[in-house]
Amino acid sequence: MTVRIPLHRRTFLKAAGASALGVAASALPFSAARASGLTVGFIYVGPKDDYGYNQAHAEGAAAVKAMSGVTVVEEENVPETVDVQKSMESMINFDGAALLFPTSFGYFDPHILAVAPKYKDVRFEHCGGLWSADKHPANTGSYFGYIGMGQYLNGIAAGHMTKSKKIGFVAAKPIPQVLLNINSFLLGARAVDPAITCRVIFTGEWSMAVKEAEATNALADQGVDVVTCHVDGPKVVMETAAGRGAYLCGYHANQAPLAPEKYLTGAEWNWAEVYTGMVKQALAGETIGNFVRGGLAEGFVKMSPLGPAMTDAARKQFAATHAEIMKGGFAVIKGPLKSNAGKVIATAGQSFQESDVALERMDYLVEGVLGATS
Amino acid sequence: MSESDIGLWSVPLAMLGGAIRVSTPFIFVSLGECLTERSGRINLGLEGVLVFGAMAGYGVAYETGSAWIGVGAAAMAGGAFGALHGWLCSLPKVNDIAIGIALMLLGMGLAFFFGKPYIQPVAPDLPAISFGWWSDAPQVVAALKVNVLFLAGFALALAMAWMFRATRIGLAVRVVGDSDDAARALGLKVNQTRFAATVAGGALAGVGGAYLSLYYPGSWNEGISSGQGLMAVALVIFARWNPIACFWAALLFGGAGALGPALQSVGVTQGYYLFYAAPYVLTLGLLIATSSTTRQLTGAPGALSITR
Repeated sequence: MTVRIPLHRRTFLKAAGASALGVAASALPFSAARASGLTVGFIYVGPKDDYGYNQAHAEGAAAVKAMSGVTVVEEENVPETVDVQKSMESMINFDGAALLFPTSFGYFDPHILAVAPKYKDVRFEHCGGLWSADKHPANTGSYFGYIGMGQYLNGIAAGHMTKSKKIGFVAAKPIPQVLLNINSFLLGARAVDPAITCRVIFTGEWSMAVKEAEATNALADQGVDVVTCHVDGPKVVMETAAGRGAYLCGYHANQAPLAPEKYLTGAEWNWAEVYTGMVKQALAGETIGNFVRGGLAEGFVKMSPLGPAMTDAARKQFAATHAEIMKGGFAVIKGPLKSNAGKVIATAGQSFQESDVALERMDYLVEGVLGATS
Repeated sequence: MSESDIGLWSVPLAMLGGAIRVSTPFIFVSLGECLTERSGRINLGLEGVLVFGAMAGYGVAYETGSAWIGVGAAAMAGGAFGALHGWLCSLPKVNDIAIGIALMLLGMGLAFFFGKPYIQPVAPDLPAISFGWWSDAPQVVAALKVNVLFLAGFALALAMAWMFRATRIGLAVRVVGDSDDAARALGLKVNQTRFAATVAGGALAGVGGAYLSLYYPGSWNEGISSGQGLMAVALVIFARWNPIACFWAALLFGGAGALGPALQSVGVTQGYYLFYAAPYVLTLGLLIATSSTTRQLTGAPGALSITR
């Protein structure tokens, strides 16, 4: 039997012409397609069900998808290379996206900065970058949550539960957000017991399963008995650490199902709150702020439910500190404080609020952290 | 827990533990590649086979609840990829290196496609035997937890070396690998022998993948491999096509890979990116040290497309 493909020369030409027009139309700034609703694009650096960074963003995207009048397009596993520029341009030109959330840190400079000036009517919202009016295009913006507070609370849980007085941190790259998390984790633990030290191991990659497992084992070999991390997918760190008998503090998303008995608490993103808010603004025709920040009090960040291993004393201090942070005005980085290289960070009486932009340029590890930024 | 602070001793201990933990995929993939190359073919696709084996092993182990059935499935999937490579290369005028690269991309693509639903679930782990019972130090106990597959890999290396040296099958593989004409004159079937060697090689690489996802690091995600499959192919050249040398080379790589995290954990923190490059620097150094200006690659099978 022969299969006849119902494609005649004329129909083919018609279809080709129509699709060419469609492409041209969607490339124009004021296309008809865009007026009918809002298309929002999300770009992730890894798989969107990684128990971590990307899953947290994808959960936010799912909340946006549930809104009416909004179409969501997503792409996973986009590396922080020129690939992300292609992904952004294809979302703009072919899907008619008018609001983009390229979520990985390395997407901003130089990739978003290269694409944004070409599409003045598209809004680029980037997670984590430091936007400044004099350097960056007006149609780009940055949003982030003060998750360092969450790591401070993790540290309080860790400080109560550690027996060896050594806690550990598996970190990806020494960028300001990661350094703030490490410092906050230690300072939280030191609020319980000033003798505690924190060992940090940098893997150099956002996602590198074998190295993360090796790093976790190396920490356990040093007697570390509470572990947290800042890598894209904490699953490997959590499972390896639990296998070595350490307690866990989560990050990005709730990892309690991986080791319920060992999981103390965790600092989670709550992007659903942030994304639905921003999309509502876009639908109403308002301009989204260029520099959006929020913490526990604003609902950008939340804590995992406390695990069964937590002692009463730990629960008490955790709850008290949590309440104090929710009141506002709580500072983690406050004097007198030195870096682990001996440099003075803050003199007595000086403190940095969580919203202080100086914290987003952090390039030091505080005293008590064993590790270096380079 | 007795005295837990072992200070700098933890570095050699971590390297030993790391060598045992990290090397197993290297062992299986390099033994598989060694067998295939000894028969006169190069299968560069083993990276893809490794990743697909990791996915298949994890998925099947999760669905059936048995890690060993997962390992079997990974071996079968690897064998199927090997068969595809072997069959394509038996067609006239086909380049095995190009097919290998295509297979690598195919294997990874298929693994990512079918592996989507298995990123979140937790599959059962392969069992490990603890050889550290004599020690009180938890570090020693942890370092000497040896997975059954590691021991199987060691036994396999010995068996393969013996096979090449002392058995009729080993001789047949070596003859086919050294000269098509000589093999035909002896009445050996060149294509069938290479096909079988490629299938077996693929199956071994699949098992290596199952180790990654079912024991260490012990979960399936798309970044699981970090290039072990490609490195293992290079290891075979480094080990001069000798199975026992493959085993030691794999151990060396595993140990060198553990150096970076271990040094950071004891406070040597400057230049960790450099320590992470240690395995590659080591390979380059050893290749240069063992190279010769007078001979071509010693021990290379004569019919290999890179030596021919």
